[in-house]
Amino acid sequence: MAANISAPPYRVIPIIPAIKPGAMEGLKPFVASGKIQEALGFPGELVEDWHGRAIARMGELLKKYRSLKVYLDACVHCGACSDKCHYYIGTQDPKNMPVARQDLMRSVYRRYFTLPGKLFPKLVGARDLTKEVLDEWFSYYHQCSECRRCSVFCPYGIDTAEITMAAREILDSVGYGQKYSNEIIGKVHVIGNNLGLPGPALEDTLSGLEEDVKEDTGIDVRFPVDVKGAEVLLITPSADFFAEPHIDSLIGYAKVFHAAGISWTLSSMSSEAANFGIFIGNYEQMRKIALRIRQAALDLGVKRIVVGECGHAWRVAYSFWNTLTGIGAGAEDRFALQLQKQLDARYRQPTHICELTWDLIERQAITLEPEANDHLVVTFHDSCNVARGSRMGDMPGGQFEIPRAIIRAAANHFVEMNEGTTREKTYCCGGGGGLLTDDLMDLRVKGALPRMEALKEVADRDKVNFMATICAICKTQFSKVLPYYGFNMRMVGGVHQLVSNAIRLGEK
Amino acid sequence: MSLFFAALYYAASLVLAGGLIYRISDYLNTPAPLKIPTTPAPTTGGGVVLRMAREVFFFESLFKGSLWTWGFGMLFHGGLALVLMRHLRYFTQPVWSWVDLVQPFGIYAGFVMAIGLTGLWGRRLFVDRIRYISTPSDHLMLALLLSIAASGLSMKFLLHADIIGVKAFFLGLMRFDPQPLPQNPLLYVHLTLVATLMIIFPFSKLLHAPGVFFSPSRNQADNPREHRHLSSWAAKLESEG
Repeated sequence: MAANISAPPYRVIPIIPAIKPGAMEGLKPFVASGKIQEALGFPGELVEDWHGRAIARMGELLKKYRSLKVYLDACVHCGACSDKCHYYIGTQDPKNMPVARQDLMRSVYRRYFTLPGKLFPKLVGARDLTKEVLDEWFSYYHQCSECRRCSVFCPYGIDTAEITMAAREILDSVGYGQKYSNEIIGKVHVIGNNLGLPGPALEDTLSGLEEDVKEDTGIDVRFPVDVKGAEVLLITPSADFFAEPHIDSLIGYAKVFHAAGISWTLSSMSSEAANFGIFIGNYEQMRKIALRIRQAALDLGVKRIVVGECGHAWRVAYSFWNTLTGIGAGAEDRFALQLQKQLDARYRQPTHICELTWDLIERQAITLEPEANDHLVVTFHDSCNVARGSRMGDMPGGQFEIPRAIIRAAANHFVEMNEGTTREKTYCCGGGGGLLTDDLMDLRVKGALPRMEALKEVADRDKVNFMATICAICKTQFSKVLPYYGFNMRMVGGVHQLVSNAIRLGEK
Repeated sequence: MSLFFAALYYAASLVLAGGLIYRISDYLNTPAPLKIPTTPAPTTGGGVVLRMAREVFFFESLFKGSLWTWGFGMLFHGGLALVLMRHLRYFTQPVWSWVDLVQPFGIYAGFVMAIGLTGLWGRRLFVDRIRYISTPSDHLMLALLLSIAASGLSMKFLLHADIIGVKAFFLGLMRFDPQPLPQNPLLYVHLTLVATLMIIFPFSKLLHAPGVFFSPSRNQADNPREHRHLSSWAAKLESEG
């Protein structure tokens, strides 16, 4: 923990902070090394003609992504988004207002791609792409967690995440990538997970877990790997294998499968739900990572693919897997057809672990004893990508209701946080979108402010002592930043951690 | 002068129509490769139409975002809509009956529109965040719209224009048979400003009007598990393996 990082003071809640220009200027994550860049097919360092190539790449993206083009054109600078970003609230840097963040690119777009910007740059806020502008992009497009909160309030639905993704894609294409995300993507391609945890180490960890659970409960709960013919392939963030509190949710999933008698397996080849391809806005990288999962599903011959507690992973799985890999209906290539035939069409593909668990609870196929969590007063933090980029169940908003329903079944004391900070209006934890790295710790602490304020309110009023969430990044981020705000780092945990405490194993 | 305005309005109409057709076809032809509705989102096409209608007529998202901006925005856009309807009488003969019904409200709407614009401008000037993001063109756009409203209203209340003559002029334009335009400095100002607005429309942030319909976060149905969504360029990746 760097000594000079401290949490901003809690606000009297309704007050929108005044702007402090330059507050976060120059903050930059580490730049990716040549080796990391080249492993993904990007230039190893800033190329000589970066200017021309950046503009050319921007032109290509404008032809490939309607979102980018419409969003760069449509903004009227109304300011509805200006106070909605957790990074703005926490840092007060005006360039962290969503509209201003977009304008960092919009100004360049206007200069090179629109008539008024070519003729009267000053008038319409257009500017040349200089090295300073490129550096500014690298700085402020790595102060956005792509959480989409701004897009909820925009009258045109402008999603800053789309612009951040495009900016990162352009930066990568000229050899100016971010170390954290790109290094991780490289590990997934080579080893199969973000941590670089090889197969034998994974098996070791899991057999250790089996022993722990046996010791704890006296019951043989299995954590199978690479079991051909299992019904379910579980794709979960690799943090679940070793990080606290993530591992407690992994134990929860295993207990659910055990209690329901569902055969399941992990894959050592594809032991990662996270897909950082989305963070860097690169379709090909995202597809390549997703295809590993398709491959694992085909190799293991599973009937269902279930995704563990991970926010952006669920967005990619739910919203993009069908597009990227043809996991659902409609794809026509050989592998997709094979997969469609293999998967059981009676189930949603992919299924979120919460959908699976809630379905079992509803059918009374598993039994929860909520008294087991009576020492906890629970609240729920909606994770941004689940809340605003995906769904669970059949109804819009199921992504809010299903995890809450599980919590209510697993615990007797549940309290909601301020409604301006939950459901579709939820605040990002402050560490999403490829920012969960120590070199951005100052930003992460500041960005957590609005969530911490809402938590403080219920902690003081209702004695809340546990914040459940369904995202590996949220869990890691909160474990790190809770102490800065005077909370215990163990206060955050997974929904399936509660399930793990409450589920009845053994006899039904 | 009549000839000048006739030429101006033909040119402005061409630019407006041509520019918008170009923009809209550009939006139409640019693929949206991924499913990115801001959720919770409707799961069906019908639901999407309703969501879009709420967005276009009631500014649903803006309502959630900023009540002040929503209020002034509604006053301005609502006023403008009525004013535009009222102006249809200059282009129709006989005047459509519903335009006659709207007629008496049109004048109040002119004031409402001006109040809305003033409020929006006030936010731009006095709220530090909005001032920070405002470019000179943002201010000029408000100045332009406000001048159009002011010049229009002052023809009603200060220096009457010969509206029968104005109507004859525009009906003439529509038949490609230019008629004389009544002499009135305010009318000249008003018409020049409106033509300016028409010309800059397709090149400016006024593209938010067509743009909202093409916003993937609003116009996509939330059904990615049930229906595969694949853009043309992404399909090419597949055939390459």
